[in-house]
Amino acid sequence: MNKKQINNILIWFSAIILIILIMTPGLWVVLTAFRPQVDVMAKPAVWIPRNLNLIQFETMLFGGSEGSMGRSPIPVLSYLRNSLIISFTSTFIAVLVGTIGGYGFARHNFKHKNKYFLLIMLTRTIPGISLSLPIFIIFSKIGLIDTHIGIILVFVALNIPFTIWLTDGFFRQIPRAMSEVAMTDGCTKIQAFWHIELPLSRSGIASAGIFAFLISWNEYALVSNLARSTDSKTLTVGLMDFTAQFTINWPGMCALAVFIIIPALILTFMVQKHLVTGLTFGGVKG
Amino acid sequence: MRKFLNGPWVLLMPTLIILTCVVLLPLLLSLWTSFTPFKLTKPDTLYRFVGFRNYERLIGDLDFWIAFGRTVLFLAIALNLELVFGLGIALLINKITYGQRTLRTLMMFPMMFSPILVGFQWKYIFNDNIGLMNNFLREFGVIQPIPWLVDGILANVSIMAAEIWSSTSVFAILLLAGLLGIPKDPIEAAKVDGCNSWQVFKNITLPFLMPFVFIAMTIRSLDVARAYDIVQMMTGGGPAKRTELLWTLISRTGYVDAKMGMANAMSYISIFLSIAFTFFFFYKLVEARQRLSYE
Repeated sequence: MNKKQINNILIWFSAIILIILIMTPGLWVVLTAFRPQVDVMAKPAVWIPRNLNLIQFETMLFGGSEGSMGRSPIPVLSYLRNSLIISFTSTFIAVLVGTIGGYGFARHNFKHKNKYFLLIMLTRTIPGISLSLPIFIIFSKIGLIDTHIGIILVFVALNIPFTIWLTDGFFRQIPRAMSEVAMTDGCTKIQAFWHIELPLSRSGIASAGIFAFLISWNEYALVSNLARSTDSKTLTVGLMDFTAQFTINWPGMCALAVFIIIPALILTFMVQKHLVTGLTFGGVKG
Repeated sequence: MRKFLNGPWVLLMPTLIILTCVVLLPLLLSLWTSFTPFKLTKPDTLYRFVGFRNYERLIGDLDFWIAFGRTVLFLAIALNLELVFGLGIALLINKITYGQRTLRTLMMFPMMFSPILVGFQWKYIFNDNIGLMNNFLREFGVIQPIPWLVDGILANVSIMAAEIWSSTSVFAILLLAGLLGIPKDPIEAAKVDGCNSWQVFKNITLPFLMPFVFIAMTIRSLDVARAYDIVQMMTGGGPAKRTELLWTLISRTGYVDAKMGMANAMSYISIFLSIAFTFFFFYKLVEARQRLSYE
């Protein structure tokens, strides 16, 4: 064996270890969701999965089959509904507002532009828990605690900065000349935006949207304090509530975790390519 | 009016209005509250100004400083390790030609995990009774279960492991994007001139990567506070405050003890900490970018 072959083997060996380290924790949780409680608690551990079943999911969605402990104690459907309503609405509004803002930054030069950009980004820096304190005080005065509207409002503000960052990058990749030509041909500025720049940056806006959706879907610190009941608690808060209990039903909790991960999994793979270009473009070319 | 409609401000107006209402005004309220002895149980106290009393008490509060120090230390260790591992992974994937895209996609796996989910899966792995870690160790004869999340040092290490697992890929992905964009000519030229691979890495690859390092750091510093979710899930700051970070302390003081005034004073300190982190890396990014364009 020559030096190059040994090198190659080493590289592949490290790559395989890397994949194992990355995949194992998540896969173990997914696997547990399908395993019987007895096997999960068994000592010594049962390593080869057997008797895989869907009992946890049935219990969660349909309130338990006959012979099991009856209705599921976890209101998963309420959590799921809240998560979907809050994430979709806040994403839609954030993308609408953020795209317009991103266009403003990409196509206009004005005094202290970079400072305004940085200032908007800095609002994202504020730790969720710190922001939740004053918002909690305000919301309890005006009755927005434990409502969808209140949480959606906060999530919109949370998502606008990143949407601006991404769309600003994508708009700047489109040559200004294209819309200028359209405007000399008699288009108004809004028409030029609508017919030229918007379609060209469609994929960028879509990935900004998916990114915003993921942030809303995964958020915990703010919702956990602004939501008080199943009226507005999301899946992440639900997972936390039931994991904090004294006796944890691990397979059940893992099933709930699977509910959270699946939409995120699908959406991330859809945007992975655009995400990297978007973030680095905005950053490097300044 | 026409000038206003054609200018950038009409486009930025919705953004500014929303951010003012949801972020700026609450922050002002939070600033005011930090100068009052406001308690959720006594609403009147919101209007009693006590000056810097909360801040003065914080200066003498040992629990607070321990949590503060732990937070800074935690971030310093976690961010540096993430950078080193991320760089290593990026260099590794860069070397692989066959299956590179698949590897890159797999790398993104942790990025889609909600911090709460990251906390959950590592709480499960480090569970002393049925966790993967102790089950695995038992196969090698470690019969006595190791109390990962109970022992002070081990609990901090476990949380660090979760944090690093979840965020290293941000560095790996962005640095890989940087590596793929490096022009090949200077590297070839340096090799012809007799540079070894370490010299090439140090003098060509690394300077070119620096802006990407700072982009990754800036993006990361925007959401360092998500460690709150992970800690809250894994240990809740316990046992006996051994894993308390600034953010879990704020949450406990504000919502459990209902001392809103004090919690807001703490949260102002945490906000300055976050902003300082972000500013530092953003400044470094601008600097690195300029240096690159001069050369």
